[in-house]
Amino acid sequence: MANRAGITAHEEAGRVRLVATGPWCVATAAGLDARLRVLAPLGPRVAIDMTGVERLDSAGAWLLHRTRTRLAEAGVPVDLEGVRPEHAGLLQRVVDVDKPMEMVAPRSLAVVDLVRHVGQATVTVLTEARALLGFFGLTVTIALRTLMRPGRLRFTSLINHMEQVGLNAMPIVGLLSFLIGVVLAYQGADQLRRFGAELFTVNLLGVSILRELGILITAIIIAGRSGSAFTAQIGTMKVNQEIDAMEALGLDPVEILVLPRAFALILTLPLIAFFADLMGLIGGALMSLFVLDISLGQFLRQLHESVTTTTFFVGLVKAPVFAFIIALVGCYCGLKVAGNAESVGRMTTQSVVESIFLVIVADAAFSILFSYLDL
Amino acid sequence: MDTVAADPIIRVRGLRTQFGAQVIHDGLDLDVWRGEVLGVVGGSGTGKSVLLRAIIGLIRQAAGTIEVLGQNTARLDRAQAAALRQRWGVLFQDGALFSSLTVAENVEVPMKERGDLPEALRQELARIKINLVGLRSDAGRKYPSELSGGMRKRAGLARALALDPEIVFLDEPTAGLDPIGAAAFDELIRNLRRSLGLTVFMVTHDLDSLHLICDRIAVLIDRKIVVGTLADHLANPHPWLQAYFRGPRARLALGA
Repeated sequence: MANRAGITAHEEAGRVRLVATGPWCVATAAGLDARLRVLAPLGPRVAIDMTGVERLDSAGAWLLHRTRTRLAEAGVPVDLEGVRPEHAGLLQRVVDVDKPMEMVAPRSLAVVDLVRHVGQATVTVLTEARALLGFFGLTVTIALRTLMRPGRLRFTSLINHMEQVGLNAMPIVGLLSFLIGVVLAYQGADQLRRFGAELFTVNLLGVSILRELGILITAIIIAGRSGSAFTAQIGTMKVNQEIDAMEALGLDPVEILVLPRAFALILTLPLIAFFADLMGLIGGALMSLFVLDISLGQFLRQLHESVTTTTFFVGLVKAPVFAFIIALVGCYCGLKVAGNAESVGRMTTQSVVESIFLVIVADAAFSILFSYLDL
Repeated sequence: MDTVAADPIIRVRGLRTQFGAQVIHDGLDLDVWRGEVLGVVGGSGTGKSVLLRAIIGLIRQAAGTIEVLGQNTARLDRAQAAALRQRWGVLFQDGALFSSLTVAENVEVPMKERGDLPEALRQELARIKINLVGLRSDAGRKYPSELSGGMRKRAGLARALALDPEIVFLDEPTAGLDPIGAAAFDELIRNLRRSLGLTVFMVTHDLDSLHLICDRIAVLIDRKIVVGTLADHLANPHPWLQAYFRGPRARLALGA
């Protein structure tokens, strides 16, 4: 049926008769389009006979209208004959809506685009930094005010968040730290063996895990796990207008939503980081035992010689700071969500990227500080 | 109203849908005739949208048969199902436009999916469709986020009409529009139905739409459906029907 759609030319006295046949619809439009695009004005006057068109939809009507307009523009008048009454309305409709429409966004020069993007990104970063600083100030103010009257702190919420960000994160943090310990011991042993200094693998493990890796790995996992959850939770509430409802009821969203999360994270991150330190060392000790034949007693003795409590505390003192950064960025991004679901996803991604970025920047700052202090 | 041929374009028999233990429809029968505008109403949670989604195959029914354009939707292979889906268009509640594409590109999506239409023709047809739904001349290049709710619905309708479907499914087309926008949308649907010969399956709560453009009204009650004209429903003693069609709002809209 689809194959019979077509148009054939017949010579007549003084004019050309184009006989259209078959269904003129989307299914046959591709073939008709190719045929009609190259149709030459065969005579001084053309008639299109529509009697044989058994079906017409808007695609077919458009092809007909386009052909008629094109021939008319070439100076060939076109008579339309035999249009079935049920097709006339549609045809008229298509003629009516043949109006210009902007179909593509206007493009600017690539160089201009580049400059504009760089400028926009710079301004965004700066305003973002300023807003985050403002939020930092707001949170600290409200936190101090709340600490003056501890009764205002939501304890149920605090405990709930401590469980979610702390206790529930232990398996994943523990496993990953253990694996990092294993990898570190293996790679360290491989390199140090060349100097016959396998035993110093223990020093490498102790210092790097306690000072840097334990807390950094923990902070990165928590940023990905809990920072994003903060953004998603608060963002969803924002979409549901729950935040607006709170403010309308005279409740402070920072006090109710941000503080319990921030305190929960500040209190639990040091604990998880300590757990991560332990698991990392256990992983390293196990690997040393199997690959380097360093017994557990030997390992502990060497560890005792290589690290001091300072090493341990230098690592752990960073935890509350990282925790505050993660909570602050997570909640800030959540509160910045605009009224749609798409925005929740975008802000969650931004929250994770920003908090990991800031954690690593803070870690670098700590390194510089500690080297000044000779720790 | 326009003449309606006695040819069921959608035939539902003994439909049963359920989510877990919760049964939404049970033993539901429905015929939609070619060329008619059927309005589907019902209280919240009676499964108006679920019925629509079951018919277009987004939800599998637990029992019963659904025939659309003479084909049993449960017994189609992928290619047949894809071919059938090109013969209907769906307008979701908020237009459901693809947010990363412009309006023009959105309308071209179903045409590209067909695979045989050359690009130049696709653009010409998209232009016609966007004009057909009455969008302004700069709408084609805009992204959905730049459009108002009413414009998004119009753009969604243009996409639903891209392949000249025989049936269009509309999910609450006038919800969220102001009365002027809603009236314009009603008028648009009525016009398109006349010029394109569409069959319209419309889930709605808008009493004005029901009154102005629907030939028949299907009411979901007690997991089944009652179909009839407005006069039939007004004469039906069922308490929900009486409350719905004789309530204070209905009386105003229906000019009773």
